[in-house]
Amino acid sequence: MKVLIAEDSNSDRLILVRLISGLGHSVIEASDGTEAVNLFREAQPDLVLLDALMPRMDGMEAARQIKAIAGERLVPLIFLTSLTGARDLARCLDAGGDDFLVKPYNRVVLEAKINAFNRMRAMHQALSDQRDHIRRQHLQILEEQRTARRVFDNIAHTGCLDAPNIRHHASPLSVFNGDVLFAAQRPGGGTLVFLGDFTGHGLPAAIGAMPVAEIFYGMAAKGFGATDILTEVNRKLRRIMPVGMFCCGLMIEADFKYGSVRAWNGGLPDAWLVRSSGDRVPISSRHLPLGVLEPERFSVSMMVIDVSPGDWLVLMTDGFPEARNGRGECLGEDGVESVLAKLMPWHEPFEALLAEMREHTGLPDLADDLTLCCLQIIEPGASESLPGKAPESVLSGPADWHCVYELRDRTLADFNPLPLLLHICLEVPGLRSWSGEIYTMLSELYNNALEHGVLALPSAWKTSPGGFSRYYQERSRRLEQVHGHHIRFSLSHQPGEGGGTLTIVCEDSGDGFDYAEYTAARSDVPMASATGYAGRGLAILRRMARKLRVHSPGNRVEVIYDWRLPGTATSGGAALPTNEDSE
Amino acid sequence: MPIETHRSDDGSTLTICVDGRFDFSTHQAFRDAYEHSDGSVSCYVVDLSDTTYLDSSALGMLLLLRDHAGGDGARISIENCNSDVRRILSISNFEQLFSIG
Repeated sequence: MKVLIAEDSNSDRLILVRLISGLGHSVIEASDGTEAVNLFREAQPDLVLLDALMPRMDGMEAARQIKAIAGERLVPLIFLTSLTGARDLARCLDAGGDDFLVKPYNRVVLEAKINAFNRMRAMHQALSDQRDHIRRQHLQILEEQRTARRVFDNIAHTGCLDAPNIRHHASPLSVFNGDVLFAAQRPGGGTLVFLGDFTGHGLPAAIGAMPVAEIFYGMAAKGFGATDILTEVNRKLRRIMPVGMFCCGLMIEADFKYGSVRAWNGGLPDAWLVRSSGDRVPISSRHLPLGVLEPERFSVSMMVIDVSPGDWLVLMTDGFPEARNGRGECLGEDGVESVLAKLMPWHEPFEALLAEMREHTGLPDLADDLTLCCLQIIEPGASESLPGKAPESVLSGPADWHCVYELRDRTLADFNPLPLLLHICLEVPGLRSWSGEIYTMLSELYNNALEHGVLALPSAWKTSPGGFSRYYQERSRRLEQVHGHHIRFSLSHQPGEGGGTLTIVCEDSGDGFDYAEYTAARSDVPMASATGYAGRGLAILRRMARKLRVHSPGNRVEVIYDWRLPGTATSGGAALPTNEDSE
Repeated sequence: MPIETHRSDDGSTLTICVDGRFDFSTHQAFRDAYEHSDGSVSCYVVDLSDTTYLDSSALGMLLLLRDHAGGDGARISIENCNSDVRRILSISNFEQLFSIG
C-alpha cells in the first residue's frame, strides 16, 4: 500500500514513517496541508494519515480537498491528533476523516487500523469493479436488444398498425417486456389484431414472440382467420416454450362488411367495445393463455359482437391498469372503465386513456411495459385503400387448368378450405394482385353454401339486433350434426391477353334457396336495402364478376371473373363488370 | 422464510404456504418446496392465506408444479386466496387447471 503522511512536526513524522515502512508499506511525506493535497493529486496514495493542526492549510481543509479529488475512489483518511475533546474529534470526522489516531502513537493500534482500512478499501474496490462490470454488461444488453429489435422488426413488421382507424402505443423495446402487437388486413377485407403479453421479460419473451409474429402475418396473408391462427400459435408455443412460460393474448377479427367482430381473450384484462352510442361491451378473458394447453384441449370459441361504423375496440396489456402513481396506487380496471364511461361522443378512447394515464402517473410519457391499442370500426370498403402490393412480373406458372375440390361431412366442420383454394388460384402468375377480390368471392360462395345451403340457417337472423350470436351458436350446433353433405368447388382458369379468366363453381348438397328473390335485387339497388345479408353477398359477387349464374334449385352458383395485370392497357382497369342475370 | 411446507400425517399431502409476494423472487424456494419431497406425495395444496400479491411468473410456477405433479392427472388445490390473487387466477382462467378454493 502507498501511504501519504502529512505531519508538520519532523520528529513525529519520522516516527510514523519508520513505523509504517516497518509494516511493509511505501511512504510519501508532506509537511503541511497544501503539500499534502498536491502530493495526493500526483501520487494517488491508498491511505492518508493527516495531522489535524498544520501550517499553511490545516488538516480539516486538506481532508476536504483530498476527498473531493478522490471522488468515487475510497481513500481512507485517518487524522493524527493530540486533541482529545469529543467535539474536536467529531470535527475531524465531519471534515471527511474516516478515523483518528491519538498521539502518542501505539504501534499495535496503528497496525490494526491500517489493516482494517485496507480490508475496507479492498471491499470497496471489489464492489466498484463489480458495479462497473454490471454497468458495462447492461450497456451491452441494451445494444444487443437494439440489434435484436431490428431483426424482430423485419419479421414482425408493423403490418397495418399505421392504418388511419388504428391508434396504438407500444414502447420500442416492448418486445423485451414481453408485449407484442400485430395487425393485418385480411385478403377479403376486414382486420385482424393480435395483442400478446408473454410471461417474463427479456430475451426469452422476445424469442417466443418471433414465431408468433411469423404465424400471425404468414397465415393472415394467406387468408386464414382468427381461429386457425390462434390454434397454430397455441400449438407452436406449447411445443417450443418451457412449462411455466406462456403468452396471454387477445385476438380481434373485425369484419366491416357484415358489421361483426369476433374476439378471443386468454388471460389479458378486459378489452372493450365502445359503441358510438356510448354503450360498452366488455371482452373478458374466457380462456387459458396461449401455450398452456395441449392442442387437443385448446378452445378457440370466440365471442361474437355486432358492431357499427364509428364503434371503437380498446385493447390493453395488464401494464396499463397496473400502472402506479407516486403513491403506489394502480389505475385499476375500474379506472379504465370509468374513463370509457365518461367519454363524450367526440372523444377518442385512445386519447382519453392516454390523458388519464398522464394525469395518474404525473409523467408526460407512458411506461415501457404497457401496450394500448384502439381499432375503429369503419365502413366496409374503406379499408381497401391500403398501400398497394407491388405488381409481380409474369413468371411461368400454371395458367390453364381445372380442378375440383369436394369437402364432406366432418371436414365441413373442422376445416377451412379457403386458404388452400386461394393458394391454388394465386399460383397463376400475376393473379396475386387480385387476391383480395378472389378471397372475397371464394369466401362468399363458401359461406353461402355452408351456412344457407348445408346448414340451412336463415340469413334473416343476422339482421336482428343480437341475432349474430344466436346465428353463430346455431351454426356451431348444426355443424356438429352434419351428415351426408358436401360442398364442391370447381375452379378453372384460362389465360387471356395480359390476364385471364377464372371460373368458380360452388355447389352444395343443400336444398337451394329462393334465388329469384335475390336476382330481383340488381346492383342498382342500394347495398344496405332490406334485401338482407345473403342478398348483399350476391351483390358483392355480382359487382366483382363478369358473370354470375345461380343454377336451379339454388344450390349451384357460378362466377366468371376476368382479370388483367395492373398497368396493361385497358380502360377501367382489371375486371370490367358486365353484370348478367341469373338463369 | 417466504415459503413453508408441511406434510399431512399420512405423508400423502404436501401443503406449500407462500408468505407475502408470490413472484419471481420466490422461484427457487417454491421449486425446492416440492422437488425435494419424496415420491409418496399424491396431493398438493398451495395455501395462499398469507400471499399479498401474485404475478405472471407465479402463474408459471404453478404450471411447473402441475407438470411435476403429473400434468393433467395432477391433484393440486389452491386455497385461501384473497380477492386480488383470486382475480389474477381467474383472468388467466386457471380454474380450468387447478381446483381453486
